[in-house]
Amino acid sequence: MRDNRSEKGWQGPAFQAGAVLLALALTALILVVTNAPPFAAFANIALGAFGSWQVFSDVLVSWIPLLLATSGLLMTFGAGLWNIGIEGQIMLGGIFTTWMMRSLASSALPPAMIIALSIVAGMAGGMLWALLAGVLKAFGGVNEIFGGLGLNFVATALNLWLIFGPWKRPGIASMSGTEPFHQSLWMATLTPQSRLSPAALLLAILAIVIVFFLIEGTYLGLRLKAVGRNSHAAFLLGVPTRRYLLLAFALCGIFAGLAGAIQVTAVYHRLIPSISSGYGYLGLMVAMLVNYRAALGAPVALFFAALNVGSIQLPIMLKLDSSLAGVIQGTLVLLVLMAQGLRMRIRKRRSLK
Amino acid sequence: MHVELRDIHKSFGSVHANDGVSLRVESGVIQGILGENGAGKSTLMKILSGFIRPDSGEILLDDRPISIHSPADAIRAGVGMLHQDPLDFPPMKLIDNFLLGRRGSFFPERRAAVREFNDLAEKLDFVLSPDAYVDVLTVGERQQLEILRLLSLGARVLILDEPTTGISLPQREKLFSTLRTLASRGMSILFVSHKLEDVEALCSRVMVLRQGEVSGSAEPPFDMRALVAMMFGKDVPIGPRLNGKRGSPTLRLKSVSIEDGRLVIPDVSLEVREGEVIGFAGMEGSGQSQLLGACAGLVRPVAGRIVCRDRDLTRQSYLAFRRQGVAYLPAARLEQGLVSGMSMSEHFILSEGMSGVFVNHAKAEKIAQDRIAEYNIKGVPASPVESLSGGNQQRMLLALLRANLSLILLEHPTRGLDIESAVYVWSRLKDRCTAGTAIVFVSTDLDEIIQYSDRILVFYAGRVSPPLDAEKVTVDRLGALIGGKGWEELETADAR
Repeated sequence: MRDNRSEKGWQGPAFQAGAVLLALALTALILVVTNAPPFAAFANIALGAFGSWQVFSDVLVSWIPLLLATSGLLMTFGAGLWNIGIEGQIMLGGIFTTWMMRSLASSALPPAMIIALSIVAGMAGGMLWALLAGVLKAFGGVNEIFGGLGLNFVATALNLWLIFGPWKRPGIASMSGTEPFHQSLWMATLTPQSRLSPAALLLAILAIVIVFFLIEGTYLGLRLKAVGRNSHAAFLLGVPTRRYLLLAFALCGIFAGLAGAIQVTAVYHRLIPSISSGYGYLGLMVAMLVNYRAALGAPVALFFAALNVGSIQLPIMLKLDSSLAGVIQGTLVLLVLMAQGLRMRIRKRRSLK
Repeated sequence: MHVELRDIHKSFGSVHANDGVSLRVESGVIQGILGENGAGKSTLMKILSGFIRPDSGEILLDDRPISIHSPADAIRAGVGMLHQDPLDFPPMKLIDNFLLGRRGSFFPERRAAVREFNDLAEKLDFVLSPDAYVDVLTVGERQQLEILRLLSLGARVLILDEPTTGISLPQREKLFSTLRTLASRGMSILFVSHKLEDVEALCSRVMVLRQGEVSGSAEPPFDMRALVAMMFGKDVPIGPRLNGKRGSPTLRLKSVSIEDGRLVIPDVSLEVREGEVIGFAGMEGSGQSQLLGACAGLVRPVAGRIVCRDRDLTRQSYLAFRRQGVAYLPAARLEQGLVSGMSMSEHFILSEGMSGVFVNHAKAEKIAQDRIAEYNIKGVPASPVESLSGGNQQRMLLALLRANLSLILLEHPTRGLDIESAVYVWSRLKDRCTAGTAIVFVSTDLDEIIQYSDRILVFYAGRVSPPLDAEKVTVDRLGALIGGKGWEELETADAR
């Protein structure tokens, strides 16, 4: 949770680039040890992510929820909070959206209205779940990491119970989720085959732009930053810290809920057990990597999405497991954090000289 | 053991913290090292104790040059340092702290260690139980523990960095007699301070540093004016007493009771009037910080009422007190009062309560520039607050105070500041008083309490004295009350 913006010059980017190269080298080493051709693997990932419009649109489909999760987490990180509960907040977004869809499906409202209301419901669901973690922290003294982790388990259980219980498919309850919505209630996609919804893409881009301006230019962002860096001092300077802490949770929950809502209305058209698909945890990695800098959130999230999608064809092409993407992402985060730590040490040593 | 530092140079960036400093301390001598903040005292001591390496220069122990690369090297060579904040581990037992830093087998020999601990404690007449936990100790007792630990590690040179900060008068006397005992046994003692009275009471020689260079040295009897001149290059006048014209009450405490852990402060009533300065004296942890917190809404009393400017704020939060014009300045400036990583102008945005959607940076920078000029802070609006020196951080906190306050509450307003900065801080505070603001402050510095207060409340283990008239009370009387003596006659006088 450090800030590098005060640093100038080539050093910062050089260290970051070094860390990225080292992460790739380490992954290559792992591949060599397992007798796989590293360059072919990297080339395949690149091809699998950017080789055709078809695959690139899949990258964008996975970029949308990741970008939304990252946007939300930039708010909570900014306020000094580790919102691990984001996975559950995405799930609740999906659940609330499905609930609204099911309630309105047979109503006379126009489909666009139903979809819009369902998305709003999803955002409300995510916000409520996030506020629960916030209230536990602000009033119960429960660390948000533990509170969030607990609420994630509750959300998973709630989701499974709904899918196998009240909302089960007629006749056969299954892991494949609830009964798909009627086609008229699917969010419009570019082409009938594509899963990419322009409206969803727009919402996600809008989200990161809003967060960028919130953090960089508003009083709200400044106060959140003060609370995150030293909540006691911020309080003495007149910032109602508890309110801002809850606000950070609420904002993050709204973005997370939107991610869940989009997964339900635009991608899966139903509620599935793994509706959050780990985008929350991946978003935590992105947010850590970009270290508060909202402007970097979009490209880094795109890179992570590309790694995820690009590695899907590894099993077919090279008989490698697609979890290679996770290995690269994990090493990358570790090495970038290490590079930051290293740079701090060097700076400290230099300033002591 | 003789200690000798020869021509020590050390620079931090463009700052020459030690510029050719030489010093020789014979064994059995208590050497005082005086200087204002930033004069290079701490740097010199950190070089001797292995925390910092010098750019050039030599260290000799018993006339043999040695090289010290780390604190562990230093203690092996016999040099131990007692830091301003004791380096101990509060949740652990004394004996475990005592064993830390010692080389030996994987399993410490506790029984032998306890014996050694008790022997050493007895020799120095310390009353410490090896099985007690560190967090129940006072600062003075924690220093005693640290002295024992350093002695057991074989220290023959003892460095003390501002050891009288935050300890009571009796504890200070105890510390000084211990140091005299140790010196009489042949130890060399280096005593770093910016308090003249400490040096006068204890040291057999004094060296004064100014801006990284030795500006002079002296032997008893010390000429205080000459020492001050060596420290600052000039005489520093202390402002005249302000005899408060007291206005109407700003804050009224009615039978307020506070409980904080084992500390109980029963039934305090106090009326703070406009333009008045009230000092809270006492050993740290006697209840004064809690009562000060209650005046700001930061500590919630268990009983009683608090009224600020005719508005009942009992059980209200700090933010409600703040709206009534109450400001609170904590002792730990950078930890509690300022937000590291944020610039000075960002601080003014927060404190001035600027509102709207998008930050008006131009306006914030204007405010920052004006205040920086007004309070003579060394920095620019974009400087991060952690880059300011301690004195400038305190100026920054004063600059952050809003206009037209009804009450300013301060914890240790001049702790760690040199005389010049301290005088400046109080001159600004007095300006506020003249404008009708009341001030309540906590301090362990009795001179500060007597010099600046109109009325004084003494705290001892949760007991609170009735307000004493600062003009009629003496340092000795206050010292006795702080140490728990003379309370009976106070109460009978009060009952009369």
